[in-house]
Amino acid sequence: MGMTVVEKILARASGKASVRAGDVVEPAVDVAMSHENAALVINQFQEVFQGTGLQPVVWAPGKIVIIFDHRVPAESSKTATNQKKIREFCARQNIVHLHDIRGDEGGICHQILPEYGYVRPGQVVVGTDSHTTSHGAMGAFAFGIGATEMAGVWTLGVVFNVEVPGTIKVVVKGEFQKLVGPKDLILHLIGRLTAEGASFKVLEFHGPAIEAMPVSGRLVIANMSVEAGATSGIVPADEVTLRYLQKEAKVKDTIVPVKPDRTAVYDRVVEVNVSDLEPQIACPHTVDNVKPISQVGPKKVQQIVIGSCTNGRMDDLAVAARILKGRKVARGTRLIVFPASARIYRQALAKGYLAELAAAGAVIMNPGCGCCLGVHQGALGDGEAALATTNRNFKGRMGNPNSEVYLCSPAVAAASALTGTITDPRTGGK
Amino acid sequence: MAKVVYKVKDDVSTDTIYPGRFMATVLPTETPKFAFADDAEFNGKLQKKEIASGSVIVAGKNFGCGSSREQAASCLRGYDLTILAQSFARIFLQNSVNLGLPTITVPDLQAGTGDDLDILPDKVVNTSTGKEYKVTPLPPARQAIIDAGGLIAYTRKRLREKAGKK
Repeated sequence: MGMTVVEKILARASGKASVRAGDVVEPAVDVAMSHENAALVINQFQEVFQGTGLQPVVWAPGKIVIIFDHRVPAESSKTATNQKKIREFCARQNIVHLHDIRGDEGGICHQILPEYGYVRPGQVVVGTDSHTTSHGAMGAFAFGIGATEMAGVWTLGVVFNVEVPGTIKVVVKGEFQKLVGPKDLILHLIGRLTAEGASFKVLEFHGPAIEAMPVSGRLVIANMSVEAGATSGIVPADEVTLRYLQKEAKVKDTIVPVKPDRTAVYDRVVEVNVSDLEPQIACPHTVDNVKPISQVGPKKVQQIVIGSCTNGRMDDLAVAARILKGRKVARGTRLIVFPASARIYRQALAKGYLAELAAAGAVIMNPGCGCCLGVHQGALGDGEAALATTNRNFKGRMGNPNSEVYLCSPAVAAASALTGTITDPRTGGK
Repeated sequence: MAKVVYKVKDDVSTDTIYPGRFMATVLPTETPKFAFADDAEFNGKLQKKEIASGSVIVAGKNFGCGSSREQAASCLRGYDLTILAQSFARIFLQNSVNLGLPTITVPDLQAGTGDDLDILPDKVVNTSTGKEYKVTPLPPARQAIIDAGGLIAYTRKRLREKAGKK
């Protein structure tokens, strides 16, 4: 019997010839990523060693990557102190892959990992962040874990007691209409599957629309797979992946894509045809409350956010700049833009996108998670609504339980910024 | 016997259990004060210790969806609560196992605030209504972590075994 991509990856990582969904394995970790919550990982890691008489030393400093993104620059003395503690720990433990608060190499963890070539096809990637699923875009098995679980990884280099997840095969056919894209696809899919429809499963993406999709789009769909409850989303590596790794991430070593066997066993197969897909909106307060934009009334929004680990990449900023160039953000609406990394920020600066967006009235923020999770830089007022290219719209997500968050693509966000209401970019906001 | 002190619906996210704006607080000793922070009434009862140790939160499907923030499990662990849900989100369930927060999956559970529950290994009896509900057991892989006394103790045991072998 054949194996799915994740079964193959887990078999290799746990030294077995083959594994099947439901088996319990202990895979070796290739990349262990954390952000500011490394402060808690450090605490738990040191507690593991207490009473053992052993010195706390991480298993492989070169496989640990730490990126400051959730609160950059620090919004409070508490965060600043956590960041300081992490820097000192990295120095002591020889962890060199620390992406600090810098305009040359900083950014959001889920952009930094692919951008710097930390993730390769076939790897096991864990991160103390639920959107670690993003790295399935590179053909790796990537999933979120808690801080204490990461302390176990730092200690022994394995994830304990992982059940090999079953896989749902998602076949995506057709061609996107203009101004419709990966974000609309994944929102539509989450709406169909529901918030727990893929719980404890992996979404393995196939089909012509996926093959034609650049890595930036694959990162969007893998990123949000967790919003259907999935352990991870994965796009089997192909020529597009290899070209990205060589050209963008400057990876020199030989890369071997992992493909599923033809006889692989799937839990089920889901087909999507994107040819007729409209822009999609996830309405408050769950990500699976998805409607085609034509079924969302003329909803007024006070804040629009373009950015995040989901949609803060070059093509996202490009489409927003194209729509907003030479025009104005509606009065009464705030447009906040967060590029996903320092590199993207500088590229968007060089291309003129940031100047065009700012001239239209957008506020350009430094790369980071920004207001997505309600920590700083853009909280909502009581009774306000936001339209965001981010990935979650839970009650209170943007810092205020008495507010609403709608999720959309960058094209919808930009067109809506012109009108101050949720607007279809194909027809409105002209 | 354990009393249901709080009932919540489907898809309660970690943003509801432990809002993101308190994420700079990480230590399990400090997180409990922000448990369900946006529900002033329930949070107040917890902080004023009006909720007895061992009390139960009853939830619908997909409890703990969203973020991997471990604070969502540690803040509830701090009050010695037990969570009964029709289903749990994966990372929250794993964090709870790792930190020793009792999370019990009871797919058909019907119970309301004030009900008394008898929680047994294989079933939950709602003694207020007289109805019984089957418990879905945790996979053995997770039971090993609980049996060791949580993931820190489990990791320490494994570390000692590895160091001993050398």
